[in-house]
Amino acid sequence: MTSMPGSEMRKPRGLPRSHDACATSGFCRVGCRGCQGLAANADVAERPGGTSGGSGRPGNRKRGPARERSRGSSGVSDRAGAAGVRLPGYGGQQMPGVPHSQYGVYNGPVPGHQQPAPPQGYFPSLGLPSKGSPVSLNSDTSSLAPNFIGPLRTPPTSGAPPPTSGAPLPVGQPAYNQFGQGDVQNGIPASAVQMQRPSVSQPFIPGSTPTSISQLSSFQQYGPSPTSAQQLTNHMARMTIGSVPTSAAPPAGLGYGPSTSVSPASGSFTATGSGLYTPYSSSQGPPPASMTHGLPPTSLSQGVPLAQPAFSGLPLSMQRLPSQGPGYAPPPSSTGIGPSNYPSTTGAPRPSTMQSPPLSGQALAGLPASQPNHLSSPPPPQQAMSGPHPGPPMTGLQGPPPPPTHPSQPGYQIQQNGSFGQVRGSQPNYGGAYPGTPNYGSQPGPPPPPKRLDPDSIPSPIQVIEDDRNNRGSEPFVTGVRGQVPPLVTTNFLVKDQGNTSPRYIRCTSYNIPCTSDMAKQSQVPLAAVIKPLATLPTEETPPYLVDHGESGPIRCNRCKAYMCPFMQFIEGGRRFQCCFCSCVTEVPPHYFQHLDHTGKRVDFYDRPELSLGSYEFLATVDYCKNNKFPNPPAFIFMIDVSYNAVKSGLVRLICEELKSLLDYLPRGGNLEESAIRVGFVTYNKVLHFYNVKSSLAQPQMMVVSDVADMFVPLLDGFLVNVNESRTVIASLLDQIPEMFADTRETETVFAPVIQAGLDALKAAECAGKLFIFHTSLPIAEAPGKLKNRDDKKLINTDKEKTLFQPQTNFYNNLAKDCVAQGCCVDLFLFPNQYLDVATLGVVTYQTGGSIYKYTYFQLETDQERFLNDLRRDVQKEVGFDAVMRVRTSTGIRATDFFGAFYMSNTTDVELAGLDCDKTITVEFKHDDKLSEDSGALLQCALLYTSSAGQRRLRIHNLSLNCCTQLADLYRNCETDTLINYLAKYAYRGVLNNPVKTVRDALINQCAQILACYRKNCASPSSAGQLILPECMKLLPVYLNCVLKSDVLQPGPEVSTDDRAYIRQLVTSMDVAETNVFFYPRLLPLTKVDVDSDALPAAIRNSEERLSKGDMYLLENGLNIFVWVGVNVQQGLIQNLFGVSSFSQISNTMSTLPILENPFSKKVRSIMDMLQAQRSRYMKLIIVKQEDKFEMLFKHFLVEDKSMSGGASYVDFLCHMHKEIRQLLS
Amino acid sequence: MKYGRSASFLTGENQGCQRYGPQTGSSPSSCIFWSLNLSDSMATYLEFIQQNEERDGVRFSWNVWPSSRLEATRMVVPLACLLTPLKERPDLPPVQYEPVLCSRPTCKAVLNPLCQVDYRAKLWACNFCFQRNQFPPAYAGISEVNQPAELMPQFSTIDYIVQRGPQTPLIFLYVVDTCLEEEDLQALKESLQMSLSLLHPDALVGLITFGRMVQVHELSCEGISKSYVFRGTKDLTAKQIQDMLGLTRPAVPVQQGRPLQPQEQPVISSRFLQPIHKIDMNLTDLLGELQRDPWPVTQGKRPLRSTGVALSIAVGLLEGTFPNTGARIMLFTGGPPTQGPGMVVGDELKTPIRSWHDIEKDNARFMKKATKHYETLANRTAANGHCIDIYACALDQTGLLEMKCCTNLTGGHMVMGDSFNTSLFKQTFQRVFSKDFNGEFRMAFGASLDVKTSRELKIGGAIGPCISLNAKGPCVSENELGIGGTCQWKICSLDPNTTLAIYFEVVNQHNAPIPQGGRGAVQFVTQYQHSSTQKRIRVTTIARNWADAQNQLQHIEAAFDQEAAAVLMARLGVYRAETEEGPDVLRWLDRQLIRLCQKFGQYNKDDPNSFRLSDSFSLYPQFMFHLRRSPFLQVFNNSPDESSYYRHHFARQDLTQSLIMIQPILYSYSFYGPPEPVLLDSSSILADRILLMDTFFQIVIYLGETIAQWQKAGYQDMPEYENFKHLLQAPLDDAQEILQTRFPMPRYINTEHGGSQARFLLSKVNPSQTHNNLYAWGQESGSPILTDDVSLQVFMDHLKKLAVSSAA
Repeated sequence: MTSMPGSEMRKPRGLPRSHDACATSGFCRVGCRGCQGLAANADVAERPGGTSGGSGRPGNRKRGPARERSRGSSGVSDRAGAAGVRLPGYGGQQMPGVPHSQYGVYNGPVPGHQQPAPPQGYFPSLGLPSKGSPVSLNSDTSSLAPNFIGPLRTPPTSGAPPPTSGAPLPVGQPAYNQFGQGDVQNGIPASAVQMQRPSVSQPFIPGSTPTSISQLSSFQQYGPSPTSAQQLTNHMARMTIGSVPTSAAPPAGLGYGPSTSVSPASGSFTATGSGLYTPYSSSQGPPPASMTHGLPPTSLSQGVPLAQPAFSGLPLSMQRLPSQGPGYAPPPSSTGIGPSNYPSTTGAPRPSTMQSPPLSGQALAGLPASQPNHLSSPPPPQQAMSGPHPGPPMTGLQGPPPPPTHPSQPGYQIQQNGSFGQVRGSQPNYGGAYPGTPNYGSQPGPPPPPKRLDPDSIPSPIQVIEDDRNNRGSEPFVTGVRGQVPPLVTTNFLVKDQGNTSPRYIRCTSYNIPCTSDMAKQSQVPLAAVIKPLATLPTEETPPYLVDHGESGPIRCNRCKAYMCPFMQFIEGGRRFQCCFCSCVTEVPPHYFQHLDHTGKRVDFYDRPELSLGSYEFLATVDYCKNNKFPNPPAFIFMIDVSYNAVKSGLVRLICEELKSLLDYLPRGGNLEESAIRVGFVTYNKVLHFYNVKSSLAQPQMMVVSDVADMFVPLLDGFLVNVNESRTVIASLLDQIPEMFADTRETETVFAPVIQAGLDALKAAECAGKLFIFHTSLPIAEAPGKLKNRDDKKLINTDKEKTLFQPQTNFYNNLAKDCVAQGCCVDLFLFPNQYLDVATLGVVTYQTGGSIYKYTYFQLETDQERFLNDLRRDVQKEVGFDAVMRVRTSTGIRATDFFGAFYMSNTTDVELAGLDCDKTITVEFKHDDKLSEDSGALLQCALLYTSSAGQRRLRIHNLSLNCCTQLADLYRNCETDTLINYLAKYAYRGVLNNPVKTVRDALINQCAQILACYRKNCASPSSAGQLILPECMKLLPVYLNCVLKSDVLQPGPEVSTDDRAYIRQLVTSMDVAETNVFFYPRLLPLTKVDVDSDALPAAIRNSEERLSKGDMYLLENGLNIFVWVGVNVQQGLIQNLFGVSSFSQISNTMSTLPILENPFSKKVRSIMDMLQAQRSRYMKLIIVKQEDKFEMLFKHFLVEDKSMSGGASYVDFLCHMHKEIRQLLS
Repeated sequence: MKYGRSASFLTGENQGCQRYGPQTGSSPSSCIFWSLNLSDSMATYLEFIQQNEERDGVRFSWNVWPSSRLEATRMVVPLACLLTPLKERPDLPPVQYEPVLCSRPTCKAVLNPLCQVDYRAKLWACNFCFQRNQFPPAYAGISEVNQPAELMPQFSTIDYIVQRGPQTPLIFLYVVDTCLEEEDLQALKESLQMSLSLLHPDALVGLITFGRMVQVHELSCEGISKSYVFRGTKDLTAKQIQDMLGLTRPAVPVQQGRPLQPQEQPVISSRFLQPIHKIDMNLTDLLGELQRDPWPVTQGKRPLRSTGVALSIAVGLLEGTFPNTGARIMLFTGGPPTQGPGMVVGDELKTPIRSWHDIEKDNARFMKKATKHYETLANRTAANGHCIDIYACALDQTGLLEMKCCTNLTGGHMVMGDSFNTSLFKQTFQRVFSKDFNGEFRMAFGASLDVKTSRELKIGGAIGPCISLNAKGPCVSENELGIGGTCQWKICSLDPNTTLAIYFEVVNQHNAPIPQGGRGAVQFVTQYQHSSTQKRIRVTTIARNWADAQNQLQHIEAAFDQEAAAVLMARLGVYRAETEEGPDVLRWLDRQLIRLCQKFGQYNKDDPNSFRLSDSFSLYPQFMFHLRRSPFLQVFNNSPDESSYYRHHFARQDLTQSLIMIQPILYSYSFYGPPEPVLLDSSSILADRILLMDTFFQIVIYLGETIAQWQKAGYQDMPEYENFKHLLQAPLDDAQEILQTRFPMPRYINTEHGGSQARFLLSKVNPSQTHNNLYAWGQESGSPILTDDVSLQVFMDHLKKLAVSSAA
């Protein structure tokens, strides 16, 4: 139960689908999103707002919208709503009986595992399913783990907790419920509410039951009694949820609570939660409550939902492990491996329980009862649920007991089974383990059918995304409140800047920072911010205001030099201000003085962006300029490879043609009539050709520099020119370049001298700028920076693999240093036909904040479009030059590590030769002192840069975060997407110096620790067989798995060394949205497109199982777009989309879809256009026909499946994670 | 006082006489032709010398040679000659066949009028090694009455035109400094464009411009002008340069069945060197578009000028493409090299360019390195048979001191002016392309001079615009005078005036008998590429009588050519001055002079008043006096560049011009008679005279005090004073005449009494009256010079004293 609550506590998002959601108690969230799944959470929620329950249900029905509405309506109601939702969910889905089947199935597969774990597992699983907690699984031998774990958890929680929790919870629960977040509170309120909710709460009840279960003692006791177990399979399921609560019994009550730590937490939570919420409320008014709810629910909901799906999936599993299958199946969501076994037995029961009946009838009743105790949980167990719950725990503890439980708890078991089911892949292992747990097998009575986790029962990214989109997409995100978790990156939302910077600029892994470094260490959750200082805002949002503080420059703190910001405290009637970062008191300069009003705010508070907004810009004074001189406008230099390959492929002609028109679209930086940027041209092969395109010349002049060993720029005047003034000369030049080199036979190229040349040119012109280098081959010509072909795939998986990512020579590092000093940013367009050592060539680009674009085997027909789009975009986008970024933090933490494309000469200043609107820098923070909850933690990111108009500016982003003394708060305010962004970058940097395997293991280990810490400290006690995930992190395993399977960390044979290096560098600069879709691609069923609406079809999960032969799908990951065509697609559709009459006639080489005048084609193309517009790079379109050779390529991106290169499937990985976690816990 | 012909001096004919002025009281009729059977028509040695010079372009210091080594050394002035290899001989039609060579491998002398010929046996005996040689088959028809030209005495100098190898057109590679003032650059551009029209249409031209960078322009491009650019700070090897210019053919694997096309090479090189008729327009435009060096020059800095690298690239370019064909690298520079190899001064204006003072103090930090750089270049250029001209126009020094070897070793021109926008430069440059009576350029390329001597003589060395070819031979002396140790020199570029001093050593032992009736003979064989691109060989064979110095000293004495001797000694002195301290050279010169006076003077011991010199020696001390004062040996008041410039020209001009340089000529114009040469003496500066002084480098017209006043009063504009107008005009016309033939154009100075420019005159005249000899003050006889220099009178007094001193 505890776990469940915990999950709930967090974010709404987590909520898996409705099914899962049901499980998840995620009131709010649940309520909002996964109606059904939420149900479980809802239980919790319900508790709080029993009344709401009624409303909730409707909400559930409506699902997404309903949730939102419910939230919107009122905090309390929300809960209620959530609860209601859940109920429906459960009722609806579970009822279907699917569960049974599912369970059954699961049981089957998981047998071994299930057996052991099952008992508890179920419960736990329930917990998991519920929300959030997580899903978990008993990875280990079911029997043992379950037993032990179960006991362990249960004892603590269950024993005393239940009661205690119950009491305390109640109090807290109410609060939570209302607030949503306060899990603990929920728990408490739940009691009262619960009763009402019951129906809804059922899930909770289960949850509550779980709590009881979790409490080992109690559970165990219960456990023994098979009846309970059996009966409450449903309960179990929920129980699991509940169980989570148990450990976090209080949480359970809270619903959300679970997510947070135990009841104790509740207190705090409530406080915090409420605090938080209130703010929301303030912003949103009544809704706030809903908001809060939203968060917590998710977690819960997830768990549950999972469970349900599991069931559905179970059918299959059932087949395998018929006996237990059903029961277990459900668990999947939650996890419980052990449970699985039981499930089988329970399987049957569950269905019943699970099904609405139980819920409605008993559940409700039960819930109420349960609620009273902790939340609803206890009661439920008593009735139907209670039985089961106890059972499970018991089982966990004792071999025998479980069996009974299983039967009784089928539902739960199922869930657990589910977890086992997941194990499928890993079955063997588990199997072994499970086998070991003959107990279960025996106990369960129901054979310990090894079950596989039902993929449907495990946390689904799609669901989470959908939920968040539905819940948070409709209202603007107002940044006024400290420590708010913003909507997911996949959600479209507006931002209102009220003092904190927009999440478009900064996203954090957690918005609640542990107060002490011990806590931080304990949790292992990295504290990092992903900063995109020059992010492009949607047109609806106002770009940062420009503030001019006059000649003396921006007002800053005397000591730490922080810039004036909304957090600065004015004192002494406004004559001084105290720095929010270092507490130093600084005089307010006379010209800046302003009186304070009665609240201590300056009277001009709303007139000054730097006092009221989170992001704004200062006009820099000459003191902020290099050499104390205002900068010249930047320059763009186009450097084109004219060696044989480039000419022959038509590339040179293409570039020249494009440049003619492109030069009219240089960034203008604000409202200037024409761009201030000057341009220059260079071509090169073994030697460099500079061009004098001075406007006064009748014809361009070419200057050949063949002294590549000692590069220099041969001319000053006339090299960098204004486009308009030299238009005719430039046009003439661009006409002639392809002609001049048409007959070239030169195949060798140089590279380093090209950069040197550009650098020198900028130096000579005393300006910053950007080089656009179009390069085709490994630079083997005799020159500095000459490279040799060192590609060697045999190094993969050896200790020397890292060398493939390291530059061949130090030369480029030094060059990069020089470039940075001058503000020379290098963008690289590569057109290789073979290895060209991206790892080395990219060094300068990487360190100067540039971009690399790579077009392997470039062919005019197919790649032209993509290249030109990239080029246009790259040339046109806003860029800041010669930038220095510094992140200041309030005392207690400081920025210690930086990831991204930049250079650092000291430990604090991030130097960027260029920084464009797509580049992101990830900053990691570490404690160097204690933080206080009162003051929170502040970040100020200051970026000093030269705009494309040549203006020197400072862009300031401020962000305030909460601090917490409870780990649960940390886990409730995390953002998995950001976390993954950080982890990926961390790992990708790690491969430079460590064997890839080490890096992978470290990643897994860290995540396991994060989750284990949660399990240990925040989740309600539950069976060890349960995998309990924090609501906010329930996608961590799936995403992490994607990272681990990525080409860099686990290359398949078809992945080239260059590609790996390329991707490695690419990812390092990605923002959260990009990493999100990059690691977990978006898969859209095209045939489900509603031609008449603007909406995208609902995405589906990245698994081959989800593809239907009769459909077409679109998959995008930010670099590629695949269109997958099933063999059985209707000919009409093929005709409409591809303009050919049959499947076999579809061409693989198509790089764009034909323009056909029919609604379907139009729609698909508009979808593509929309997707392209969202990404910073033009994606390559690849048509994949089912069963075609290219399908392998496509399958590579079905990241939930086992990959060709040995990457684990989601299910397998989840099991593995669980095992890891259990190891850590034991 | 008796003066020689008046106006004809301008033609350079017979200046000797005028100069002798006072002292040459009588013609050397008293001289005795001792056992000369050469020419009865020669009345005097003077005429003999003059005739020889006109025919062979040779002037010997001694025209009768002492017959033993010992005696020869006692003569003080070495046996030497001034040779003008390409002396214009309009009357000498070249013969169109190959010369006949002595068959002895170590000799290879050319058949000449001194050879004994056995017409019957069709044999000839080499007069140097006495080898008997068969005539080649083509000579089958010869007889006493049917002699080939080379056997006729009047063809002691003869030109052969030979057909060897492919004829390559002349090559002109312009190396242009762009760090000039706008006005200068414009003038230079016009001059260059003009020069294109003077070139033969087939001539190949190339263009390199430099400033901070060096650009080699490709001349055959349409639509876009291409150039290869080099950093001005980095010295590159020839190979690197050729690689970078793409002149080295990539090692193409020999493809079977496809023989290499022999025309590839011209194709490659033609990118930078194109026949003028093809790219006339292009190049004219290109020159027209030349911009000043665009790199900013901040206050207080000199522009960065990469002369060293530019030259290096020019040399490398030609080296790679046209080795051993006639080519001129013409460097136009407007200031000192300020960066890279060959830099002469830093770019900080506050650090002035080195002066003699700095050099003496060893304070010229770039000099040695720069000199070495240019020397290396010069040697490479010479080895390839190309030449380098330097046209340096700037108010300040331009580093000629360091760069001098480029011209000195390759026979190139060195021109120094104040600005490219002056007639001095424009006309000088135009004169480079002047044509001779056949319409051919007065220039020849890649010459090698081969000197052969009869056994009693050996070759000590040569001084002139040449380098040694290091050809050892039996006739090479171990005692080097000038560039020695060889009997062959390479003269990469020469014109009809180019004159070398060649020093010999008599090796006949003291007790060895003079070959009966024997004469010593010397043969000069000059192979060169004529400006018409023909290969030619000029052979000059001369002979002089031997005399026993012990009993026939008077013969030797009478056959002394004091003019030639003065120039030859001066060349030795200047040559030494290049490497030694100034005072040492002067001491050496003094010592030689004293010894000469001791040897040939007539005096009673310790009685200076009894000292007399014969006519053939009488002018020699005076030459030495002026030589000591000349800028060739005195660096005071001259910048290192100027010294180099003067010495450069001194080392290559013929005897006449050299003498003018040593002792400028002064003419006086007055109402009292026709213009007359006057003593180069302060006493010649009179108020009612107009003076015209020619120092070779300068033409000074000086109006006496009264004349100047008249002119200011405007009398010349009054019809009644037309004679005054004519008087004023006369020197101008004469000056014009000089200006028109002289290369390089002299600096033309028009000044008057008290004018600042009058210093040019005052510094040259013998300071017979100074502020020191008070008696001269106020006298009308001249104008006192404010100087501490000794006057000729004092000099002579000392000389006599020392000469007669028994202590010496």
